[in-house]
Amino acid sequence: MKVKTDFKYVGTRPIRPDGLDKVTGRAMYGADLNLQGMVYGHIVRSPHAHAVIKSIDFSEAMKLPGVLATMSAADLPEPGDKKIPGGEVDFELKAFSPIVMARGKVFFHAQSVAAVAATTASIAAAAAKLVKVEYDVLPHVLDIHEAARDDAPLLHEDVFTQGVDPVPTRPSNVSAEIELKMGDLDAGFAAADLVIERTYSVPMCHQGYIEPHACVAQFDENGKVEIWCCTQGAFMVRTLTAAVTGIELGKIKVTPSEIGGGFGGKTTIYIEPVAAILAQKCGRPVKIVMSREDVFRASGPVSSSETRVKIGVTKDGKITAMDTDIIMDSGAFSSSPLFPAVMFGTACYRCDNIRSSGREVLTNKPKVYAYRAPGAPQPILAVECVINEIAQQLQMDPIEFRQLNAVNEGDLPLFGVPFQAIGLQEILREAKKHPNYQVALGENQGRGVACAFWINAGMQSSATINVSEDGRVNVLTGNPDIGGSRASMALLTAEVLGIPVDTIRPAVVDTDSIAYSDLTGGSRTTLATGGAVIKAAEALVAELRKRAAALWGINVEEVDWIDGSAVARSGTGLETLNEARANDGHAPATAAKSLTLAQLAAQAGVTGGPLCAVASHNAHNAAPSFALNMCDVEVDKETGKVEILRYTCIQDAGKPCIRPTWKARCKAVLCRVSAGR
Amino acid sequence: MLSEVLRNNLNLTGTKEGCNTGDCGACSVLLDGALVCACLVLAVEAQDRSIETIEGVAKDGKLHPIQQKLLEHAGLQCGICTPGIVIASRALLEKNPDPTESEVRYWLAGNLCRCTGYDKIIRAVMDAGATMRGE
Repeated sequence: MKVKTDFKYVGTRPIRPDGLDKVTGRAMYGADLNLQGMVYGHIVRSPHAHAVIKSIDFSEAMKLPGVLATMSAADLPEPGDKKIPGGEVDFELKAFSPIVMARGKVFFHAQSVAAVAATTASIAAAAAKLVKVEYDVLPHVLDIHEAARDDAPLLHEDVFTQGVDPVPTRPSNVSAEIELKMGDLDAGFAAADLVIERTYSVPMCHQGYIEPHACVAQFDENGKVEIWCCTQGAFMVRTLTAAVTGIELGKIKVTPSEIGGGFGGKTTIYIEPVAAILAQKCGRPVKIVMSREDVFRASGPVSSSETRVKIGVTKDGKITAMDTDIIMDSGAFSSSPLFPAVMFGTACYRCDNIRSSGREVLTNKPKVYAYRAPGAPQPILAVECVINEIAQQLQMDPIEFRQLNAVNEGDLPLFGVPFQAIGLQEILREAKKHPNYQVALGENQGRGVACAFWINAGMQSSATINVSEDGRVNVLTGNPDIGGSRASMALLTAEVLGIPVDTIRPAVVDTDSIAYSDLTGGSRTTLATGGAVIKAAEALVAELRKRAAALWGINVEEVDWIDGSAVARSGTGLETLNEARANDGHAPATAAKSLTLAQLAAQAGVTGGPLCAVASHNAHNAAPSFALNMCDVEVDKETGKVEILRYTCIQDAGKPCIRPTWKARCKAVLCRVSAGR
Repeated sequence: MLSEVLRNNLNLTGTKEGCNTGDCGACSVLLDGALVCACLVLAVEAQDRSIETIEGVAKDGKLHPIQQKLLEHAGLQCGICTPGIVIASRALLEKNPDPTESEVRYWLAGNLCRCTGYDKIIRAVMDAGATMRGE
């Protein structure tokens, strides 16, 4: 396949199209919509980490003037063993429904138990305090090792360890096990001159988006519900809300607001079905905004983990065996990125003998959710630390050691798909000669080096392009713009159509206005939604050539699309036709040999109707990314204070659509790394 | 709280609420010229006093230099912290038209941003200062 490398618009740095509304405060986020007659929902949360709900009594709350409706799990269908269709993988409804409303039992502190709607936010909050919930408190378990023990308090009677053969007959807090192997591990370690085994753990942390979860839901008399919310996936909200509430999917319209950060944490629902049910019950639009405290207590943090890594090398620095074992804390329901963690921990290194296993453990903590390359950082941290220790013991330069062992094109990683063109060796070469790597270190100073890997996702996306009568272009997608995707979509459209990027207006639209798209996450939007945009733009170009050919009365094959205009090929029908007409003393068939997009748009009414194109795309061409970070620190031996002296990040980023946005993203990651994520 | 009155009663939703504890700075406004977190000010305290919010920063159809420079330097991504940063950095530049980088960083330490990594914001504020000084 020929790879296009010369771009006119992609890679330039236009002002982001969503920027003006953001710097002026006009941009509308989840909590910014106020509707006529709108009332406020408030959620009652469990004060216990593990308890049986004996009863919920709303009678006192309902007496408070201004209270309009209440709800609990009794207003939602029993999840049973129902599955939620999720494209390639189906999800268990019983792992989502209790996050919206606990049913019979609470599994973590601050799990939602009930909700009230009232005319003001303060009445709703006061009413929530009047809801009487009786609990039978159960012993809880927070530590992964304790939770995995046979005598640990059991969270779910119906969770049996998956991935074990035969399927266990006793329920367990260990919800899944997985093991992947290639080569001969024992032979690999036998061939090693040096074996190092270490265990590293990473604590649970929160994604920490500045915007708390917020939504407004409104029901109409036909039973149609409209939901406005901040989310990474409007279609995901539609799917999950339909499943959790039992409302027909086709009757739900979700409009994604601007999103004030998500980083993986807004890839699920919490309050949207609650607002929908309350709105249905009280006949008024209902707004729910989570408090910062509730965001931290009850919305998905990231899995904590413990990774044991054992690596063997020959004395000349060749890795002979890698053995890793990770335990991930999933919170109260199975949701951890266990499979990515098991697959990707060793992905940076070429080794014939690898074993990688993992266990997911349930504890009385909030259900975990994705955070930037979900599952990859936890095991990679452990592997990289051991790699550095090995390089140190072999007295080898840590980058040279990695150059010797890094994966190349054609190498087979544990996840079974050979690498295509990848840039890890190029990254290492750049790192080795980077000025920051040459700086001599002083007393109490040290230098750390680490590689990183992420698989990147593809999946389903759609795009619509409409051309207005004056030749301006709207490009519509269904992916909430969390990192600058509108600018990228405009650039990709500009590239294909050959028109200036400022004549293109990109928008993220609601679920009624565009075909399905998977959510924004896994670094998939530029690739998959961008792919749909390119397809739509190409279809539009084909249509534009057809329209020009019709106007000129020539074959479409004789029309090229060059720099935003249809151009009749020289020596084609048009020239022959005009020659013949000239010989007969007639005026040329048309004065123009080229027609701009605006000219074609103005004549669309006589050439076949409005100009538009729709495309659907299922991207299977995602390529993995590699990175290297290096950091110099100085430690104050008396106080233990660590100061970062210099930090260098080198990424195989592919082709960034917008360079400044990509650079800012790198810097943000550095900020988080240096602040402990 | 002042933030609630601005957002819910006056529908001035440009002032954002990220924490309601004065930690994130998304609700930064000027109260009689002083930079405050609107989530820490009782609405009654603002009676008969001047309040400046993000909605009044761009004037006569023109952006303030700090808004323009944030756009040019890609000093925003999700944008939820941006109104607070505009208000805070404009207050700095009015007080101290030629701040050092350290002064900008200290002044904006109360405005959290999770997307950009701050560096581009700091550069935008420095550049806006230069523009306002006529450099």
